[in-house]
Amino acid sequence: MAEHRSPVDGAPLVTLYDEELPPDNSYAFSPEELEEDEMILNMGPQHPSTHGVLRVELKTDGEIVKDARPHIGYLHRNFEKHAENIDYQGVIPFTDRMDYVGSMGNSLAYALTVEKLLGIGVGERVAGIRVITAELQRIASHLLAMGTYGMDIGAFTPFLLCFQQRERILDLFEWLCGARLLYNYNWVGGVSHDLPEGWTDKCRRFLDEFVPVLDEVDKLLSHNKIFIRRTADIGIITPEMAKDYALSGPNLRGSGIDWDLRRDDPYLGYENYDFDVVVATSPHGPVGSCWDRYFVRVREMYESVKIVRQALDRLPAEGDVHENVPRFVRPLAGEAYCRSEAPRGELAFYIVAENKKPIPYRVKGRSPCFVAMGLFHEITRGEMIADIIAIIGSLDIVLGEIDR
Amino acid sequence: MITRFRQIEMRLMGPLTMIPIVLCLVVLGTIAALPVVATILSELVADFVPAGLQRLTIVVLGTAGFVGILALNPIYSIWLERKVAAHVQDRLGPMRVGWHGLLQSFADGVKLLFKEDLVPRDADRVLFGAAPMLAVASAFAAFAIVPWGVREDGTVLAVANLNIGVLYFIAITSLGALAVLMAGWGSNNKYALYGGMRAAAQMVSYEIPTAILVLVVVAQVGSLSIPDIVAAQAGGILGVGDWLIFQLFPLNLIAFVLFFICGLAETNRTPFDIPEAESELVAGFHTEYSGMRFAFFFLAEYGNMLLVSMLAALLFLGGWVGPFGSNPLLFFVKGFGLVVVQMWLRWTLPRLRVDQLMGICWKYVIPISFFLLVVTTVIKGLL
Repeated sequence: MAEHRSPVDGAPLVTLYDEELPPDNSYAFSPEELEEDEMILNMGPQHPSTHGVLRVELKTDGEIVKDARPHIGYLHRNFEKHAENIDYQGVIPFTDRMDYVGSMGNSLAYALTVEKLLGIGVGERVAGIRVITAELQRIASHLLAMGTYGMDIGAFTPFLLCFQQRERILDLFEWLCGARLLYNYNWVGGVSHDLPEGWTDKCRRFLDEFVPVLDEVDKLLSHNKIFIRRTADIGIITPEMAKDYALSGPNLRGSGIDWDLRRDDPYLGYENYDFDVVVATSPHGPVGSCWDRYFVRVREMYESVKIVRQALDRLPAEGDVHENVPRFVRPLAGEAYCRSEAPRGELAFYIVAENKKPIPYRVKGRSPCFVAMGLFHEITRGEMIADIIAIIGSLDIVLGEIDR
Repeated sequence: MITRFRQIEMRLMGPLTMIPIVLCLVVLGTIAALPVVATILSELVADFVPAGLQRLTIVVLGTAGFVGILALNPIYSIWLERKVAAHVQDRLGPMRVGWHGLLQSFADGVKLLFKEDLVPRDADRVLFGAAPMLAVASAFAAFAIVPWGVREDGTVLAVANLNIGVLYFIAITSLGALAVLMAGWGSNNKYALYGGMRAAAQMVSYEIPTAILVLVVVAQVGSLSIPDIVAAQAGGILGVGDWLIFQLFPLNLIAFVLFFICGLAETNRTPFDIPEAESELVAGFHTEYSGMRFAFFFLAEYGNMLLVSMLAALLFLGGWVGPFGSNPLLFFVKGFGLVVVQMWLRWTLPRLRVDQLMGICWKYVIPISFFLLVVTTVIKGLL
């Protein structure tokens, strides 16, 4: 048994076992334990709507799901171990690949953590640009969640309407930094590129044209009778359950808990922006249903539009975005934990640094999707097969972030 | 980028794609001309064919023509579906093969023909092979009683002018459920099994209200023969006033809407596409099918769509009678209009859950249908 201890205070970080662990297959369902009429249905990792490569094992009795067990790890890329061999700046592209539909949020969280470790701040213009890109990324991510959720329930059209708008955000990002999905945009102490000339005007035009489309999709899908009947009374996460399982982001607010890091633990000057924290009001059934989580995301997009508008108005005209970028990132021995409100919830990084070393000793990502998967078996028990899909969609998981 | 892609595509596909397109054009022309040729020939043969064979010749030619239309129907229906979907979703749809992608479905059909015919190792080969054939057969056989007009001399334009036409329709469409069940069971795949079981439950349930709603019509008209039902709807204000849907307002309107809903459920279309719910069951009962067998299910699905729409047009919307007198064209317009409505609904609505679907059938549709049957019968009796 080898113990890894923190170079800072000697606290144990992780314990590695020398001997091989006994093979443990008790997690999977075994055919012997089935009762009459029961069947094991393997859903995924190649399935149209497990949102990537999630594999769910279902013990079914007809259409009723007696028990469900998620199997994760099909997209494991060993990000945290890689990070121990790469310099601090080099980790950023790896973080981009965690939540690959919300890359801006990931690199932002990592950059904030390293900045905290180094004790540096960023200028007002950089902070403004970061807020704008983070909120646009939130809109893009929620558009994807909304569109694919409609498709999970069987409505195909909202998906394409959402994706058209998402494409426009990706176009803006492409203009900004050359990439459409994995941006490597937030650097330690700054951002990679300043806003190009005319970018803010185009962004404003996008916001003006986006809101009516969002209204339309909202009308088309959110209040559709069939959609409500499919989602409003399934997958209930009670507020107590949400707290017990440490949910965060829209999933937590969908259970009626008023908690948003942008307001409650502000970073990047979010305290100066005027926006509302969206909490589920659940007009169609018990609080914490799939519909509530979905609708929190829809309304959050309007709030993000508000924030981006304000940020665009306040953005200082002058400023060097590379002003605070350190030439070498060699922090003193120490550790830092910094959390931020990513599109899917509370995304945090924990970094342990050795004295004046260019590479981190340990990087740990706290992923909101991974935490949300923890209560999957609780809310799927006793539902029907079609509801499993609705529940997976409403949690809005990204497997890249779960498996890392 | 697009230009380069186009060049590569042209270089790879150019000469090859032309062959099926030309072939398809020839086939298309021939098939589309068949009913016309059949009608002309039937006029001509009357003079040359011995009296005993005259009827047989007309039946054979008419059948060939109608089967030609049916074989062609999925091809232009799929094109139509893709165009409707595209325009609902603010995009263009197929544009490359032929004018506005008109020949896209032919290209797809040729592709499906050339695909390998895969049968899963553990599948029940007999059931697996028979299911697509039965699906197509039941969809096509039901068209035998669909008339599309009446000639001046009173001859009904139909493959078979049965005096119990609607009864035959109800009987034959039940076979479709069997085909889906066979496909689901024979594939030896859990998703297919779920699809098959869902389909069987759904189609059997919705056959009950369909039959009752047909009875609502039959009770008012007093005949099981479809030409008689259509004839009873001729005349009225503007030529549409006596359509059944406008009689005994709003009872028949409700009956029409319910009949159309049952039709959607029987053809497994959104919001009732539960047997092939893509996001849940991968592809439902045809998960394991590929190539031409898969295409057969498509043939059956689009055949059923047209069948249900045409039946609704015949029973409630006056068939071929309307403001411009009696005209087969009017009937096709009504039929395809309802097909477009089905497509429109598919690309607008989400999907119901299986228990909600059954709930709608047993809690609402069947009681309301019975109520309509009783009320219309009583009113007809009193009048």
